[in-house]
Amino acid sequence: MPKRTDIHRVLVIGSGPIIIGQACEFDYSGAQACKALKEEGYFVILVNSNPATIMTDPDMADRTYVEPLTPDFLEDIIAKERPDACLPTIGGQTALNLALALCERGVLEKYGVELIGAGRKAIESAENREQFKGVLDRVGVEYPASGYAKTLEQGRTVIDQIGFPCIIRPSYTLGGTGASVAFNAEEFPAELQRGIDASPMGEVLVEESVLGWKEFELEVIRDKADNVVIVCSIENLDPMGVHTGDSITVAPAQTLTDVEYQQMRDAAIRIIREVGVDTGGSNIQFAVDPKTGRQVAIEMNPRVSRSSALASKATGFPIAKIATKLAVGYTLDELPNDITKKTPSCFEPSIDYVVTKIPRFAFEKFPNSDPKLGPQMKSVGEAMAMGRTFKESFQKALRSLETGLWGLNPITERRKLRSGQNWIDGIRSYVKTPSSDRILWVAQGMREGISLEELHMLTKIDPWFLQQISEIVAMESDIAKFTGDVATIPREALLSWKRAGFSDRGIAHHLKSSEDQVRGKREQLEVLPNYKIVDTCAGEFESRTPYCYSSYESTSDQLPKGKGRKIVILGGGPNRIGQGIEFDYCCVQASFALREEGCESIMVNCNPETVSTDYDVSDKLYFEPLFLEDIVAILDREKPDGVIVHFGGQTPLNLSRHLHAMGYPILGTSSESIQIAEDRDKFRALCHRLNVRQPESLTVSQRERAVEAAEQLGFPLLVRPSYVLGGRGMEIIYNSRDFHQWLTKGIEISEDCPLLIDRFLKNAVEVDVDAICDGEEVIICGILEQIQEAGVHSGDSACTLPPITLSEEVQAELTRTTKSLALELGVVGLINIQYAIEDGLVHILEVNPRASRTVPFSSKARGVSYAKVAAKVMLGRKLKDLKVVEPRIPYVYVKESVFPFKKFPGSDIILGPEMRSTGEVMGGGSTFAEAFAKAQIANGFTLPMGGTAFLSVKDDDKENLVGIASHLEMLGFNLIGTRGTASFLSSRGIQIKTVNKVNEGRPHVVDHIKNGEVHLVINTSALGVHEVGAAYELRRNTLMRNICYFTTIAAAKAAALAIAEVGKVRPKTHCLQERV
Amino acid sequence: MSPWTAALYLENGQLFVGKGFGAKTARGGEAVFNTGMTGYQEIYTDPSYYQQVVVLTGSEVGNTGVNADDIESTSAFLSGVVVREYNDIPSNWRSTGTLSSYLDRLGVPGVFDIDTREVTRVLRDDGAQRSIVFPVSSTDRESILKEAKDLIATVVSMEGLDLVSRVSCQKPHLYGDTSASAPRFVVYDYGVKTNILRSLRTRGFGVQVVPYNFPYQEVMKINPQAVLLSNGPGDPSVVPDAVGMIQGLLGKKPIFAICMGHQLLARALGCTTYKLKFGHHGINHPVKDCIQNKILITSQNHGFAVKEDDLASREVKVSHKSLNDGCVEGYSSEKLQLLSVQFHPEARPGPSDAANIFDHFVKGFIR
Repeated sequence: MPKRTDIHRVLVIGSGPIIIGQACEFDYSGAQACKALKEEGYFVILVNSNPATIMTDPDMADRTYVEPLTPDFLEDIIAKERPDACLPTIGGQTALNLALALCERGVLEKYGVELIGAGRKAIESAENREQFKGVLDRVGVEYPASGYAKTLEQGRTVIDQIGFPCIIRPSYTLGGTGASVAFNAEEFPAELQRGIDASPMGEVLVEESVLGWKEFELEVIRDKADNVVIVCSIENLDPMGVHTGDSITVAPAQTLTDVEYQQMRDAAIRIIREVGVDTGGSNIQFAVDPKTGRQVAIEMNPRVSRSSALASKATGFPIAKIATKLAVGYTLDELPNDITKKTPSCFEPSIDYVVTKIPRFAFEKFPNSDPKLGPQMKSVGEAMAMGRTFKESFQKALRSLETGLWGLNPITERRKLRSGQNWIDGIRSYVKTPSSDRILWVAQGMREGISLEELHMLTKIDPWFLQQISEIVAMESDIAKFTGDVATIPREALLSWKRAGFSDRGIAHHLKSSEDQVRGKREQLEVLPNYKIVDTCAGEFESRTPYCYSSYESTSDQLPKGKGRKIVILGGGPNRIGQGIEFDYCCVQASFALREEGCESIMVNCNPETVSTDYDVSDKLYFEPLFLEDIVAILDREKPDGVIVHFGGQTPLNLSRHLHAMGYPILGTSSESIQIAEDRDKFRALCHRLNVRQPESLTVSQRERAVEAAEQLGFPLLVRPSYVLGGRGMEIIYNSRDFHQWLTKGIEISEDCPLLIDRFLKNAVEVDVDAICDGEEVIICGILEQIQEAGVHSGDSACTLPPITLSEEVQAELTRTTKSLALELGVVGLINIQYAIEDGLVHILEVNPRASRTVPFSSKARGVSYAKVAAKVMLGRKLKDLKVVEPRIPYVYVKESVFPFKKFPGSDIILGPEMRSTGEVMGGGSTFAEAFAKAQIANGFTLPMGGTAFLSVKDDDKENLVGIASHLEMLGFNLIGTRGTASFLSSRGIQIKTVNKVNEGRPHVVDHIKNGEVHLVINTSALGVHEVGAAYELRRNTLMRNICYFTTIAAAKAAALAIAEVGKVRPKTHCLQERV
Repeated sequence: MSPWTAALYLENGQLFVGKGFGAKTARGGEAVFNTGMTGYQEIYTDPSYYQQVVVLTGSEVGNTGVNADDIESTSAFLSGVVVREYNDIPSNWRSTGTLSSYLDRLGVPGVFDIDTREVTRVLRDDGAQRSIVFPVSSTDRESILKEAKDLIATVVSMEGLDLVSRVSCQKPHLYGDTSASAPRFVVYDYGVKTNILRSLRTRGFGVQVVPYNFPYQEVMKINPQAVLLSNGPGDPSVVPDAVGMIQGLLGKKPIFAICMGHQLLARALGCTTYKLKFGHHGINHPVKDCIQNKILITSQNHGFAVKEDDLASREVKVSHKSLNDGCVEGYSSEKLQLLSVQFHPEARPGPSDAANIFDHFVKGFIR
C-alpha cells in the first residue's frame, strides 16, 4: 500500500517552547516529520511558537507559522491554508491537546481536516485514565488496582481489596499535586482526609502502590495493515516512584528473561491495537513486581515522546520519521531501513551495546524548592552514552553530564550531613531519598561498606545494577594499588579499567596522579579506543552508517570515508538552563553550512534529545561525551582540518583552550580573543583603547576592602564572585545594610577568588547585539532591546526586534561600537555584545565572541540563517562574497521567556540576574503591542480584556506605575492594590481600592485570588531576591491559578499596550515564507 | 566464580582471548552468531545448536541466571558459548542459579570479555566456520595459537554432517499427561524443542514423540490426526532415512513442519536445500505472510534454506518469505495437506507473533 494521494496539504503541530517534560526531543521528531512529508511531496504547513527550533527553519516546511499554539490561532491558520490532514503526534502533549480541542470545537470537521497518525478516539482512550483502564480490561492486561472514595468508609472498602501501601491521589488537582502514600491502617485515615480536603471535588483515588517495582518502557510502532514492531525496550534503574524523565534509564532491558520480556511485548501489542493508534509510534510503561514478576501497565502515550527520541538514538531506528511515513499510508515493509539500506523497517532492532541515559537537573537555580525526585518531572536535560557494557556506558554517561563528574566521583563532603548525624547514617538517608545525585551516594555507601542487600532495601534499585556499580567501586581499589607507581601498570590492567568505562581523569584521581600522566601511560601501552557503528542489527548486516560510539575493543568498524575538508563541530551536551536548544540550532546550521561548502561535517554530541544527534544531519556523528579525553581521541583519529567550538555554548568553548594548547586547529575566533573577552582586566583595557564606556567597577581580593569599594561606587551594585558562570551567585544589592548581610553569607574573597563589584545601572535599557565578523567586515544580525529592565538576566528578559525605544543615534552607536569591537578582537564568526543604555549613554556589559542564545530568534525574525553564514565565514569565506542581504523587516518580533516555576514548589517567580527560563516563544505583529500580546498568548497566558487588576510595586517603581494604572483604568479595569501602592496611586488621582496583604488580616489578596476575583497581577520587588513571606504566597498563588502576571514595570507597561491592542483587533497570523 | 583465561579460535586463524566461564574444557563446533537480546537459556538448551559455538551479540549475559522452566530440552547440545560480558550474580525472581555453574554441569565451555561484534563481523563476512573454545594456560600468544590449531583440527565441518540421528530420541514416547483417547500428533524428533510439544499439548493434543527414522508404516498404525516434523541441527541433505519416511506419509496425513522439518519436507517433495553464508539466528526476523499479507516478527535459527525454484512444480505454494533476504520461510499445500515454516512459531525465545500458525494448521487440516 503506497502513500496516500487523496491528501496533499498536511498541517504539522509543534510542541511550543522548551519546558520541563517537553524539550527539544520534539524539535528532533518534528524536524524528521517535516523532512519525511516533504520527501513524499506533500505541502507542509507547520505551526510552532518556538523560534529556536530547526523545524521552524523556513526550509523545513512550505508554510512556517511561528504563532501561538492555541485553538484560535490554529483555526485561523487552518481557514487560511486549508490542509487536508493534520499530524498531531509529533508535537508532544501540546499538539495532542490542541488537536483534541480543535476536534471539540468542530474546527477540523468544518474545514474537512483529517487527523492522521492517531485519531480522536485513540488519543482519548490512551489519555483518559478511565478509558485506558477499559482498554486494559478488554485486552486482559493488569493495572494497579484502585477505587474512588469520598469518605473514610469508602476508602476502607477500597483498601480491603488492594491492601497497603496505597497511593492516595486527590481528584482534579493540577499535575498530580497532593498525592501521598499510606503505609498502614494507622496513618490511612489522616492521609485520606488530607487528600479529600485537597481535592476540589472532595474525592480521592485510592490506588495499589507499585512504588519500588521495576519500571520498563516499550517503544511500539504500528502501521495501517496492523503490523506492529517493538523498537526498543528501556529499563529504569530508578524503580517506580521516580518519573521516567528523572530516572537513569538503560536500553535494552537488562533484568528480564525472554519469557517475561515476551509477555510484556505481547501486552504492548494488544494495547496499541485496542487503543487504535493506526499509524505511528507509542510509548507504553510497565511496572514489574520484583518478587513475583507480576506485570502491570502504567500508562501509554499515543505519540512520539522523549523516550522515543531516546530509543531512536539508542537503536538507530528513526521512530518519528517512520511514524510520519506510516501516517501517510505506507506500511512498515514498504519503508527501507535507512541504515542497512537492504532490509525493511519492519523489524525489531537488535543492539549489541548498552545505552545509559542520565538526567540533568537545575535545583541550584531554584533555592527553597524541594530537590527530592518523585512522580513529577524536574530534570531540564539529559545525557546519553553508549558502551559495550553497562559499566562502560554508565561511566561515560556520568562524564557526559558536565556537572564536573569524571565518573562515580566519591563524596567526601561531610558538611552535607545534618548536624550530629554520623557519616554512615548520613549516607543511608541520602541513599533512601531519590535525588539528582543519589547514585553517587549509593556508590559512596558501597565504599563505606554498606552491603548491597541493605542498599537494595533502601533504594529498591535492582540488585543487578547495584552489583554492576559495586564492580566499578571494587575496581577503584585495584587502581589505587598503583598509586605512585604509574609506570608499572600492566597493559591488561589499564585496558580492563578503560573497558569498564573509567576516564583518564577518574583513573588519575584514584592513582593520585594527573590526567596527562594517565593519558601518557595509556598511549605508551597503546590502550586506545575503537569505534563501533550503531547499525540497528547488531552487525548482522553490513552497514556504513556514519553513526558511532567509542569502546575499548579489539577493532573499529569500518567507518564511511568522507570527502572535502574535514570539519568537526562540538555540540552543546545535555540541555540545562542557559544552554539549550538555541545552541543545538546553531550547531545544526553549521553542519548545513559545511554541507553547502562541500566539507565533510563531523558532529560530536551526547544529548539524545537534539536534532544534531540525528544521524543524517551530519556526514558523521560521534555520540560521545563532550569531555576532553573523548574529544581528543576523536580528533586524533579523524585528524580534521578544523574544529568548530563556538556554536555549542559554553561547553565546547571551555574545551577550546585545551584543544588549542594541544595544537588542534580551532576555526574562527582565536582562543586568545576569547580570553580577552573573558578576562576582566584585558577587556577593560580594550574598552579603554576603543573609548567604549563600561559601568564603573572594582575588583576586590580582600574582604576588608569590599565595603570601602562599595561605598566608593555607590549603591545599587551588582556583585559577583569570580567563579560565577551564567549568572550563578550574581546579586543586585540596593544598600549598605544588605551588602553587609550578603558578605556574611560565606562568600569567599581572596587573591584566587576576587569579588567583582559593578555599579548597577538601575534604570538602564539592556540591549543584545549579535553580529558576524570575517576579520574585515562586520554585519549586524540584530539589535535586540530587552523589555525587562537591567538586572534581569538577558536570557530571562523578553526582547524586541527591532528595538522600540532606542533612538537612531543610539542604534548607530551600538552598530559602530559592535563593529569596532569585533574587528579589534579579531572575531571570525559570531559575536554577541550586551549593552546597557542609561540616559542615552551606551555602556558595554559583556562580550561573547561566540554564538548566542538570541541567534535563532534574530534569524527567524529577519529571515537569514546567521549561524550558517557565520560557519561559512569561519571556513574562510568573506561576507562580501556571501552576499548576505540585509532584509527589511515588515514586522515587529518579540521573544518571551518561558519559566518552569510551576514544577518547583517553593520557588519564587521574581526575575533576577540568575537565568531560570527553560525556553522561549516568539510573537510577530505589525506593532510592538500586537507582537508582545502574541508572545504572551504563546507563553500560555490569556491576556485579560477587563476585570480586576491587582497592583503592588516596590517604592522605586511607584512613579512609573502611574501611567500604567491610568491606562488600565481607561481600558476598564477595576484596580485594587496594597496599602502603599494604593495610597500612592490615589494621591495621583487614580481610582483604586486597598486590599489586605496576607499578613494584614482577612480577606486578603490571596483570598481574592483564590476566589477568582483577580485577573491581572502586577507585582514587583527587588530583583533576584527570593522571598518566603506574604509576597511569595501572593506570587505563588497567582502562578498556580494561571493568572496573567508581570513582575517588572517594563513588562507591565508592555502588557497594558498589548491588552489595548488585542482589545481592538484580533491578531493576524503570518508565515515566514510570505515575507520573501 | 574466579574466571580463568580462555579463548575462542576461528578456522580463519583469528584468535580472541578472554576469560572462561561454564565448563573449564575445550570444545569445538561451527561458530554462529545469534542477535537475540533475550533468551540465552532457551538458546543454550535448543538441540538445533548441536555442535555449534554460539556467539551472542547482546552484550550482557547471565543477568537473569537460570531457572527450571526456561529450557527447551533437558540438556545443552551446543559446544561452546561466546559473550561480551558475563554476569555471575544474577537478579531475577525465578532464578535458581548462575549460568556459569549450569553450563559447567552440562559440560559446556564459555568465554567472555570477547569483542563479539568483531567476531560477528568475521562470521558475517567470511561465513559460519569451525571454531574452538578452550582454556588457556600459556601467556605466550604463539603457543596459544599452536594449541588452538591442534584443537581445531579435531573439529569436523558442519556441511555434510548428520547430527539429527545423534540428538533424536531413541524410542517413541508420549509427551506430558497424554490420555490414551486424546486426538494425537506424531512428532518426528529431529532435536525437538520442548515448546513445540507444549504448543501442541496446550491445544488439546496428545503428543507422541518418535525418533527421526521411525517407520511411516508404524505412524499409520498409530493413526494420528497429523504429523509434525520438528526442528533439529545440521545439514538436511544428509539426515538418513528421514526423507523416505516423510515421503511415505505425504498426502496420507496432514503434515506440519518446522525448521529442519521444513527442509526435510522440501527434500521429500524433491526440492533442494542449500547452506546460507551465516544463517538466520535471532528473534527479530521479519517474515511476510504472503497469503494474509501480514508481517510477522519471528524467531529463527537455521543455517540452511529451501531453494525457491523447485517448489512451484511440487504443487506447493510459498506462503512466507524473509523480508531481509527473500529466502523461503514457509510453504503450504491444500492438496497435500501440509504447512511448513522455516522459522519458529513456538518462539522460546522470541516473539509469539506466529503462534497462531499452530491454530491455522489445526483449523485447516484437522478440524
